[in-house]
Amino acid sequence: MTHYYEENDLERFDEIGKYRPDLYDIFMNYYQGVMSAGALTTREKALIALAVAHAVQCPYCIDAYTRGSLEAGSNMEEMTEAIHVAAAIRGGATLIHGIQAHNVAAKISI
Amino acid sequence: MLPFARKLEDLGYPDLRAASVDILQVNLGWRCNQACKHCHLLAGPDRLEQMERDTMDEIVRVAARWSIPTVDLTGGAPELNPHFEYLVERLAATGTHILSRCNLTVLLEPGKEHLPEFYRDHRVELVCSLPYYQADLVDRLRGTGAFEKSLEALQRLNRAGYGEADSGLTLNLMYNPAGAYLPPEPGALEEIYHRELDNRFGIRFNRLLTLLNMPIGRFKDFLERSKNYDRYMGKLVAGFNPATVAGLMCRTLISIAWDGRLYDCDFNQALDLPLVSGLPQTIWDFDLATLATRPIRLADHCYGCTAGLGSSCGGCLAKE
Repeated sequence: MTHYYEENDLERFDEIGKYRPDLYDIFMNYYQGVMSAGALTTREKALIALAVAHAVQCPYCIDAYTRGSLEAGSNMEEMTEAIHVAAAIRGGATLIHGIQAHNVAAKISI
Repeated sequence: MLPFARKLEDLGYPDLRAASVDILQVNLGWRCNQACKHCHLLAGPDRLEQMERDTMDEIVRVAARWSIPTVDLTGGAPELNPHFEYLVERLAATGTHILSRCNLTVLLEPGKEHLPEFYRDHRVELVCSLPYYQADLVDRLRGTGAFEKSLEALQRLNRAGYGEADSGLTLNLMYNPAGAYLPPEPGALEEIYHRELDNRFGIRFNRLLTLLNMPIGRFKDFLERSKNYDRYMGKLVAGFNPATVAGLMCRTLISIAWDGRLYDCDFNQALDLPLVSGLPQTIWDFDLATLATRPIRLADHCYGCTAGLGSSCGGCLAKE
């Protein structure tokens, strides 16, 4: 292992089922059910997944759902907007926690 | 990688065979006014390969003699063959259904302005390349300005009646990916194409077909240059879908090269993989009974037709 993140590890995902295949199977069934077309299209779900991948900063997920979004027919404009949505929510979440800081400061200040 | 023939053998197809010959796919030559980055034939303005009239005459004879339901014209840009109109007129007289693959921009070339009305008058079904509904992806694949020219060509086809309700003039569009990834299922994307092209440009069409980029020709060069080849092939192999095998286009189609030689498909033609030895090898030897049950010549690029929903000149092969 030369890096913590190895590109080819994505293809080894199923190895995580080695010690508890029952849990892996439950997860995969759930995962596939979630990502299949439903009230949302697979295209919309891939864009959500891409945004979440950036929010959780998972390079495997970013790789998988950049490809997944393109394979669902999305374009770079849509994908970049989705990433901005993730950034906006993360930014907003940071700022709203600033109120906690204000509250703490207010409580301890004379 | 498991060889494609072995993969089929394991599935119970020890020798994949044709089921019929419903389509003669005629490649009129490799000359094209574009040099698209994904072209499996390396077609372009400098290519000299062109079908001659005597070959066309034999194709017309075969289509009539064997009552072939459909003749599918391709290239290159088939319209750049100087005998294109000659062939279409004679095929139309046989009563066969004519389908022509059009890159759209050729309709704006000098001397080709009459083509929308010519297609209409001969009831030619059109499959037109439009890899996306936005300029940047189309121009990246097909050359700067290709998107704007394609829009102009589509508007001319609409004015001739193509894509209009109840006209009976079919105008289908063909999507292909602008890189090393697979095409989407066509349904959702077709809705977006309809909405975007109609709202922004007033363009109407019938269906959107999706085609996978075959890992040969210029696209293979790109895959190798960008170090995407192994992963792309891995994706095709991993995506093998047994449900596509029954509908593979080689089972109902035969490909005729510009020089009259026969192939199982246009991709085998590009790779110069002729029909299996012992079969008729040229249009002059055509024999329906023999060719309709022929064994298909397979190679590893065939994984491109069986990945995911499958891929063919008529779009995807399996249900979503």
